[in-house]
Amino acid sequence: MNKQSLSLAAFIAAVALPPADHAMAESLYVPLLTYRTGPFAGSGIPVANGMHDYLTMLNERDGGIGGVKVEIEECETGYTAEKGVECYEKTKAKKPLVYNPYSTAITLQLIPKAPVDKVPLLSMAYGLSASAVGKDFAWVFNPPTTYWDGTSAIIKHIAGQEGGLDKLKGKKIGFIHLDAGYGKEPIPLLEQFKSKYGFELFLYPVPPKEMQNQSSIWLNVQRDNPDYMIMWGWGAMNPTAIKEAANIGFPMSKFYGVWWSAGEDDTRPAGEGAIGYRTLNLNGTGADYPVIKDIQRLVVDTGKSQVTSKDRVGENLYNRGVMNSVLVAEAIRTAQKLTGKSAIDATDMRRGLEHLEITADRLKEIGLEGFMAPMKVTCEDHNGHHSVYVQEWDGKQWKPISDWFEPMKDVVRPMLEQAAAEYVAKNKPPGRTESCD
Amino acid sequence: MDALADIFIDPFVQMAANPVFLVKVIWEGLVAGMLYALIALGFVLIYKASGVFNFAQGIMVVFSALTLVGLHERGLPAYAALIGALLVMLLLAIAVERLILRPLVNQPDITLLMATIGLTSLLIGLGEIVFGGEPKTMITRELGLPSGSIRLMIADRPLVLQKLDIAAGATALLLITALAVFFQRTRIGRALRAVADDHQAALSVGISLNQIWIIVWFTAGLVALVTGIMWSAKSDVSFALEIIALRALPVLILGGLTSIPGAIVGGLIIGVGEKLGEIYWGRLVGGAIDSWLAYFIALIFLLLRPQGLFGEKIIERV
Amino acid sequence: MLYREAGQFKTSYAADQSVFPLVEDRIGMAATLLVAAAVIPAIGGDFLLNGVMIPFLIFALATVGLNLLVGYAGQLSLGTGAFMGVGAYACYKLTTHFPDVNIVLLIVCSGFFSAAAGIAFGLPSLRIKGFYLVVATLAAQFFFEWAFIRVGWLYNDNPSGAIEVPSREMLGIAITGAAATSTTRYCVVLAIVILMTWLASNLVRGRYGRAWMMVRDMDIAAELMGVPMLRTKLLAFAVSSFYCGVAGAMMVFLWYGSAEPSAFSIRVSFQVLFMVIIGGMGSLLGSFFGAAFIWAFPILLRLMPELLGLKIESQAVDQLAQIVFGALIVLFLIVEPHGLARLWILAKQKLRVWPFPY
Repeated sequence: MNKQSLSLAAFIAAVALPPADHAMAESLYVPLLTYRTGPFAGSGIPVANGMHDYLTMLNERDGGIGGVKVEIEECETGYTAEKGVECYEKTKAKKPLVYNPYSTAITLQLIPKAPVDKVPLLSMAYGLSASAVGKDFAWVFNPPTTYWDGTSAIIKHIAGQEGGLDKLKGKKIGFIHLDAGYGKEPIPLLEQFKSKYGFELFLYPVPPKEMQNQSSIWLNVQRDNPDYMIMWGWGAMNPTAIKEAANIGFPMSKFYGVWWSAGEDDTRPAGEGAIGYRTLNLNGTGADYPVIKDIQRLVVDTGKSQVTSKDRVGENLYNRGVMNSVLVAEAIRTAQKLTGKSAIDATDMRRGLEHLEITADRLKEIGLEGFMAPMKVTCEDHNGHHSVYVQEWDGKQWKPISDWFEPMKDVVRPMLEQAAAEYVAKNKPPGRTESCD
Repeated sequence: MDALADIFIDPFVQMAANPVFLVKVIWEGLVAGMLYALIALGFVLIYKASGVFNFAQGIMVVFSALTLVGLHERGLPAYAALIGALLVMLLLAIAVERLILRPLVNQPDITLLMATIGLTSLLIGLGEIVFGGEPKTMITRELGLPSGSIRLMIADRPLVLQKLDIAAGATALLLITALAVFFQRTRIGRALRAVADDHQAALSVGISLNQIWIIVWFTAGLVALVTGIMWSAKSDVSFALEIIALRALPVLILGGLTSIPGAIVGGLIIGVGEKLGEIYWGRLVGGAIDSWLAYFIALIFLLLRPQGLFGEKIIERV
Repeated sequence: MLYREAGQFKTSYAADQSVFPLVEDRIGMAATLLVAAAVIPAIGGDFLLNGVMIPFLIFALATVGLNLLVGYAGQLSLGTGAFMGVGAYACYKLTTHFPDVNIVLLIVCSGFFSAAAGIAFGLPSLRIKGFYLVVATLAAQFFFEWAFIRVGWLYNDNPSGAIEVPSREMLGIAITGAAATSTTRYCVVLAIVILMTWLASNLVRGRYGRAWMMVRDMDIAAELMGVPMLRTKLLAFAVSSFYCGVAGAMMVFLWYGSAEPSAFSIRVSFQVLFMVIIGGMGSLLGSFFGAAFIWAFPILLRLMPELLGLKIESQAVDQLAQIVFGALIVLFLIVEPHGLARLWILAKQKLRVWPFPY
């Protein structure tokens, strides 16, 4: 073989073979499965903006994380399972560090795939509650808290209003929920509380295609006349429910939503009627945090964000998206620290998530003091069951009406372990091979 | 025996125990029924005149409402935006006639159905690109729609009726009457009925099919706009609204594909029937049954009268 | 020049009646099968197999099923999603009750459950016709969708409300669950689809298929000539739902890996109906064309900007794809209302005389 053909071969190799290892080593690839179209776009857009803008801001301000740029790619799922699979397969080839599906259906699909494809899954406060059990779900993380924690927190807050858990006896509590995996998750716990504390429980399922046609549901509510309502809604279901509740004159301060039923777009259509509506929350709202200011300055003002107007930065679901990206970024930092490499891969990322700890000091350092409860993920506990707070809509914005308080971890944790054991028994996933370190 | 009592006795005891609530249920059923009837009317108009089963009616509802709110957001006053939205629906009607109906004339029904589904996809994409996927609040106050409620006392029990619901019912009734008069009394209406009866005969006496089609599609657009305003006033304007068109299908089938009074009567039967069924019997089988109950009601009627309540008798010859 | 029947003489009735009477067709078919069975699994990555080929084949099978009903027997149905769901849930119940039975067998068996559902909701077809029949099938669609959500027994009361696919093996190779490679799953899907398509092609050419076509063309005339309406129509519903049920079971077990009830929503029914119409009613080959067009084409559209190196936001890509797709459907219907199968026949006609058309 002469010199010429050798160099020709080298040239062909250079052109034909993808320069994969080289390019990948220099960036941290984080795909974001988002939805800005379809019936759930109302909730999906602010979250997508928040997730995207924080990571972009890190790239702009610090040149990435640990000196390595974050490569962000959004993939539109439309909140459907089939496009979710498509997005997953499309992005998988580029060696992603972590997946954020933002859909319970897609999360459930990816949970069994995560240990096989060795890509961790971060379902921040959604997805499968049982995946908090680290020994069974090594690759799935759902910090800072689960739906069951949320349910217990609402019950705890209601009990606080009534003057103690024993005062719940004989009260009527209604649970209006999206009739899908997401909305049904709290039911087992509510049933357990019902027998424990002796309140009456009414379930009001809202089928996804009836999200904007809830009149029969609220007729049922009028007939049952519950003392409190709890809502697990998403997308177009939230504004409709709040409006209907306002119409029938349900006392809004006795209407509690989960942290996902807490968008500004959910309360605004009801106008004055929504004043007093309460929801749980995991993150601070408003644009007064230094980080949010940085985002406005470096991302929004320079036109790198997709937000429609600047005042939407700092809205609740936007900040939720920011919080999601903070977790991703901090996990990447942790992994960088653990491995000593700056360009980490998905396996390192899993370790990073498993050792993720965000202290109050650290929050202050990154310009988010008081933005969220300090959190810690461990090898056994992929959730942490962290504190939440209750906020109230005052007609213009969300106002916190409680301090951060702990959910009933002692009730929730055993149920989670049992649910995880059942999942493993039913589906026989390959067991955990990763050691705790 | 208990089960039988649950089904046949208990619900009626409940109704008798709280008649005011029963009135409320029936009232909500009538309001919902009027709105279903409006959507069904959009289908009927187009089916009568062009033989097209127009699946795009649902997205037309969303699209027209989005246009209205979108134009208002861009600075037009509410009534100007209303006219603007109507103009857009007119343009859409012309485009549909030119680009879809005319080239596809005389094709089998299912091909035309398919074409309207293609149109649906196109309008979804277009609507999202132009107006964005974020939900918008309907400009009820700017349009002069009432809000708040009326409180009536019947036998010491309060009956709360939403002013918006009353307005919706009244508007729907007005629109339907106006359309009925239009089709019965005017020249264009007569031409339209001629087209519905027989395309070729209508052509031979000098009626322009193309013109009629534009008029019908525009009328369907107008009906869609009204439906869109009324429905989104209950929640917000988002693409999830598209699905409510499916609620009109049982109404349509029940009333007969070609009958305007059928659409109204069908709408009211389905609206009241599904509310009563859901409230008094729904719990027995697990709740949220109104998603399929309407279809079963329609199915039962159909087994008795295969052409719908008011449909034209189907005569089959070999 | 290359594609001619000249010189190919049939010496028996069997040869004259065969599915592929021409040598060229047989070669073409064998080549396609070879590519599908050997080349694609060998070179295809996860995206090609999992994102394109497996769903394409699954939808093709559902389309074949619906085509038997709509295209051959002339009964319009919008209940495909529900019948697919019945298959999937039946398969889930079967495999959780009988974990030791071969999963491929169960997938095929679950078709019988949806066949039963199909018969139940096909009964009104004896009295109702055309668009009015749609309401009966829609009743099935919404009733089953409701049942998948509300009847806890169907999903073993999972707190998530979804059916999760357990890991199952055959001959020591993982077929379902996360451990199954996409190549394995692709091969299983391909085998089932080829087998069932072959069965369907024989069915439609036989006595029942011909009876269906008589019903489609004019059911009163068919009845007068002694075709039993009850048996023929219900059989069409049963067979069609059987195919859809198997497709549904494969969809969850060999593609999604877990499914919420929304996976079987009315959207799926529409999607499969598009595939039938675009592919060509009353053509099995058309079913495959239709499935390929409706499934793979939007994916290609969404990949387009990336391939061309354009930077467009992900949702804009989606929206543009939607517009282009809608416009193409309309355009396509105007150009060729009888579907891709007709185009294929026209192409073959052209090919026969090529390159000397006169």
